[in-house]
Amino acid sequence: MTLRQAQDGGAIEAPRSRPVADRTRRVNWEKWGWLYMRFSGVLLVVLIFGHLLVNLFLGSGVSAIDFAFVAGKLANPFWIVWDTLLLWLALIHGANGMRTLTNDYARGRLRIVILVALAGATIVLLALGTLVLTTFDPCIGDPTTDALIEVCS
Amino acid sequence: MSSQAARSGAATAVTIRAPKRPAGTLYRGREGMWSWVLHRITGTAIFFFLLVHILDTSLVRLNADAYTNVIATYKTPIMGLGELALVAAIGLHALNGLRIIAIDFFSWGTKYQRVLFWVVIVLWVLLMLGFAPRHLMHVFGGE
Repeated sequence: MTLRQAQDGGAIEAPRSRPVADRTRRVNWEKWGWLYMRFSGVLLVVLIFGHLLVNLFLGSGVSAIDFAFVAGKLANPFWIVWDTLLLWLALIHGANGMRTLTNDYARGRLRIVILVALAGATIVLLALGTLVLTTFDPCIGDPTTDALIEVCS
Repeated sequence: MSSQAARSGAATAVTIRAPKRPAGTLYRGREGMWSWVLHRITGTAIFFFLLVHILDTSLVRLNADAYTNVIATYKTPIMGLGELALVAAIGLHALNGLRIIAIDFFSWGTKYQRVLFWVVIVLWVLLMLGFAPRHLMHVFGGE
């Protein structure tokens, strides 16, 4: 008799039943994580392809990117919302994916160390990125384009 | 068992050799397995780029010149090729991610998962054919 059968009074469970410990827990975090990967994934397809289209494809692509380019984009609240969504959805999606790989391939203390580092890096970068997006100042350097000169004069 | 059975004189003993490699299944060595492998590799690569990309973009809050200088390295030939690889990884991860969602939420997704893998590959090739020439011109064709 296995432990699980003993806990259930010896009854044999239906195939693929969740372990007893899981069923008594109130929130099934793994389920919500699983759902998050799929729903954030759909949104990220739109957000990242839009990001790549504007920054790498349209106009002069990567060769046009500099401070003025970013300042021009972030002057529009639309892009602040877009980039903030991108930051949170993508970083949590990525970190949760790396958590899955860590759980698959790392064991013991190494696994704990990687998971803690992952959580730490995620929290720090979410805070940093959000701070940058919400406190952005287009007049931080010498204005180099007409649009910036007008805004900053 | 077979050699022992043959020595013991069983008239009908037939030697069945163990295959050198495990036999394939519906999954192993097929489209399902390789899409899983590619999803993990591309996901890991994109994650580490994302860490660096958040840090370099954060320079826009500190110093305009520092940001412009750092982003200038993104325009060099080696980084330009790196961006091509990045877009390739993102395109594959995104398209295969949609395939995973179709498999998980719809019965037709599971039924046609193998066809969907090749649909992903075809769409990905078309995406790269559209992106690569234009991006390489931006990187190697001057301003």
